[in-house]
Amino acid sequence: MILLQLFWEFFKTGLFAIGGGMATVPFLFDISARTGWFTTAELANMIAISESTPGPIGVNMATYVGFETAGILGSVIATLGLVAPSIIIIVIIAKLLDAFAEKPVVKTVFKYLRPAVIGLLLFALWQLLPLTFLGADNNLLWAPVIAFAVLLFCMLKWKKVHPIFWIGAGAIFGIIAL
Amino acid sequence: MSDAPAAEKKTSLWTLFITFAKVGVMTFGGGYAMLPILEREVVKNHNWTTSEQMLDYYAIGQCTPGIIAVNVSTFIGYKTRGILGAIVATFGMVFPSLVIITALASVLKMFQDNVYVKKAFAGIRIAVCALMVTAVIGLVRKAVSNIPTAIVAVAALLLQLLLGVSPVIIVICTVAFGLIMYFSTIKRNNDSENKEVQK
Repeated sequence: MILLQLFWEFFKTGLFAIGGGMATVPFLFDISARTGWFTTAELANMIAISESTPGPIGVNMATYVGFETAGILGSVIATLGLVAPSIIIIVIIAKLLDAFAEKPVVKTVFKYLRPAVIGLLLFALWQLLPLTFLGADNNLLWAPVIAFAVLLFCMLKWKKVHPIFWIGAGAIFGIIAL
Repeated sequence: MSDAPAAEKKTSLWTLFITFAKVGVMTFGGGYAMLPILEREVVKNHNWTTSEQMLDYYAIGQCTPGIIAVNVSTFIGYKTRGILGAIVATFGMVFPSLVIITALASVLKMFQDNVYVKKAFAGIRIAVCALMVTAVIGLVRKAVSNIPTAIVAVAALLLQLLLGVSPVIIVICTVAFGLIMYFSTIKRNNDSENKEVQK
């Protein structure tokens, strides 16, 4: 039963997540809130590991969430759910529609979908904030805030550096200072 | 879009699987990070498609639901060996993730109560927040070009924050909004053309 639910949740994610990189993340926060299969803290760890291991982030996230929820079979089912809409839709488009991406209506719709993804990502980030920056009695912790500002500054300054490096820096900071 | 260049020999499904598994292993992050590796494997080594067509596939991969990396793999697989090829290429692409993540997750489970692992992940969460901010900044630069696009971004955030609307509903509403914008511009253009004709 949980496998069927997993497949369905990730099928929806594959159908509605648009773009690359963190596109699936907002949908996973939504799944976490509705099902309670995993916490937002676990989700944050999974994002870090998905960014630091080979493979597309979205696929890594599906595999990870599936594994945490229902073991190895869960990871296979979640990943299948995620890619199933892609296979169906791409095959249809490859067969029927020439120059799909060039169609003005497609261009217009995607012109608005991309900014919507910004809103989705910001809300996902919003859900991570208390976990990362607030203490046991909802007091603001200054060490993480300062570390965040420094990391963000460095990321924007040295854009070519791979995320793995910053995740490693975060881990070291955590072990030493938190 | 024309079909992929006719390969002299029919590509075996196994080759398709192995090639995409290789791309999956060598890609960190997916999306555009994958393009150079994909190009080397698919265009230079195997001649399944051309660089120009690859860019077309990327454009389509971005304009269709799902993860770009998966969409592009599916597309190339389909062009090479039909529906079966689409499925095999996609499985090849996700196979390394399945193995690596499952192995890593099992190991991490054993150490999750270790105090240093906990501290490390508390620090990692800070880096994840910062990475998400950089992703947002990159998207703002690319996707927010005028007032309507800015409104869509803010509305998507507020609908979730204040009303608890799910991301699925937001995507559906945005598609509807995009269609309305498209057809209203067309109508306006037609109207003004008609007026010109009447004059």
